[in-house]
Amino acid sequence: MYLRPVDRSTPAERAAAPGFIGRLRLPRPEQWGKLWLRIRRNWQLYVLLFLPLLWLVIFRYAPMYGAQIAFREYSPAFGIEGSPWVGLAHFERFFKSYYFKPVIVNTLVISFYSLLAGFPIPIILALSVNQVKMRLFRNSVQMITYAPHFISTVVIVGMLFQFLHPRVGFTASLANLLGMAPPNAMGDPAAFAHIFVWSGIWQEMGFGAIIYLAVLSTIDPALHEAAVVDGASRLQRIRYIDIPGLMPTAMVLLVLSTGRVLEVAFEKVYLMQSPLNLGVAEVINTYVYRVGLLSPILDFSYSTAIGLLKGIVGLLLLIAVNYAARRFTNNGLW
Amino acid sequence: MASMTSYESNINQVNESAVDRVFMLGNTAFLLIITLLILLPLVFIVAASFSSAEAVIAGKVTLWPVDFSLLGYETIFEHKKVWNGFANSIFYTFFGTIFNVTMTIIAAYPLSRQDLIGRRFITFAFIFTMLFSGGLIPTYMIVRDLGLLNTRWAMILPTGIGPFNLLIAITFFRTTIPPELNEAARIDGANDFRIFLSIILPLARPIIAVLALFYAVNTHWNTYFQALIYLKDQELFPLQIVLREILIQNSIDASMLIDIEDLVAREGLRELLKYSLIVVASVPVMILYPFVQRHFVKGMTLGSVK
Repeated sequence: MYLRPVDRSTPAERAAAPGFIGRLRLPRPEQWGKLWLRIRRNWQLYVLLFLPLLWLVIFRYAPMYGAQIAFREYSPAFGIEGSPWVGLAHFERFFKSYYFKPVIVNTLVISFYSLLAGFPIPIILALSVNQVKMRLFRNSVQMITYAPHFISTVVIVGMLFQFLHPRVGFTASLANLLGMAPPNAMGDPAAFAHIFVWSGIWQEMGFGAIIYLAVLSTIDPALHEAAVVDGASRLQRIRYIDIPGLMPTAMVLLVLSTGRVLEVAFEKVYLMQSPLNLGVAEVINTYVYRVGLLSPILDFSYSTAIGLLKGIVGLLLLIAVNYAARRFTNNGLW
Repeated sequence: MASMTSYESNINQVNESAVDRVFMLGNTAFLLIITLLILLPLVFIVAASFSSAEAVIAGKVTLWPVDFSLLGYETIFEHKKVWNGFANSIFYTFFGTIFNVTMTIIAAYPLSRQDLIGRRFITFAFIFTMLFSGGLIPTYMIVRDLGLLNTRWAMILPTGIGPFNLLIAITFFRTTIPPELNEAARIDGANDFRIFLSIILPLARPIIAVLALFYAVNTHWNTYFQALIYLKDQELFPLQIVLREILIQNSIDASMLIDIEDLVAREGLRELLKYSLIVVASVPVMILYPFVQRHFVKGMTLGSVK
């Protein structure tokens, strides 16, 4: 899932999509004539769809076909279909590789840390903003908290480097002021995950709250009125009305993010990597890139195998988590 | 306070207990802290960018410029690479967004029509690409085999249709255009092309605005990865790649600093320049931001209703 334009949509909207997984119903034979008539009646719609479908096949489905080089020893001289089959050799090589363990561990650590810290915060922010009735204050908070979402990843990481610079950064100024030795946070492997996760939260919490605020605005005011009549405090109304109202959306988002735990934001991790922190900062996506396009001997097949493994495990994970969510909370993607 | 609906003001007047007042006080304090935490780093960057190189390197800047100077900005504006990156980014964003929006709209309208056979299957084919993809290398190979490597096309064609954007467009058409409109136009003798051009497109203006924003900011202006793998030629680099070289890899043309003999001053300018560059690179989106924020929120909420 690399070359897609960076999709900053939160998973909820992706989930709430129409026709997410449609039921396919084949017509009975006696209906075929009628079916053909309906297709012919709308032929111009299919003409409109032609270019998008052509694009879809070339840039999204042809690569899936090309992913078969994961099971071959690809060489440019023979092409995709001419290269010899090697079965699961590349997968075995990855399992036995020295990098296997650290890459998987780093990916999971960063992912779950992001998920655990990053999931509740937009919800808390939305609940809190929702309590504010003063329009000016509410709008200013929203405006300011959304803003970092629009700063590019390169600039965010550049800001981190400047901000945490051991000599000229803000932390250095602060340390000087307090008479302490300035820390070199960006070069410290122990700090990597914290910096990655919390800068991500700093950037995205406001934008992540948008969807929850939208859901909160749809909660029936009669519920709140009744609760007030019964003497419920604001905190109790949040606990018993707002939070249950957010649950379905929150579950859908959680399912989607759990299904994507192997997809650590490539762009940002890659920018934050340095020889000092590579031991904790190399994740599956950056490893695939390094093996496939950066190393002196480009190993297309090996890199594709690792990418494919990640894609398949991610898909199975999504299906499993969705099943569990359906089973236990009655909310899920499909 | 005037915006309050009547029942809300009733609630507040009747039932503002001591517990609630304390809670609201805590809530306001919480939001103020969050807002400051987001604002302060931004203020620091801007303050540093307007300070002197000496003040920056001595770590004297906190939240207000020290020894006000425009040296950082002057140095950037002499940097040809930055300008070239700007021009390229504008090119990719402009033509890329036109391509993305066109493709998304001509796909979304047919897929929003309930009478289209195969609608569910085709929609699923698009959505599936969000869940699974061929991966980095196979996609790279396609782009290579099409001869797009190191051309401007590589920055535009592969971006095509974002599945999430397609979904909000389908939802928009479904919820705003009643099927009766289509039937009425048919009875008047219009064919589907005619309906699309004369009826649908004018009605689609709000969704076109939302899509254009999403694509322009998220797919083009703010990304660097496509350029990193597909482009080799410096002349083609978008702004984000130039930023990466200067901000992250710390490589700055020696020619830009050549006038300055003192090593410390040179080092100071190097850092100062980064602050100014961060400001310059973020300004185009930030200027638009207050105007487009509404549309972004609309798009996000549109995507969340089924």
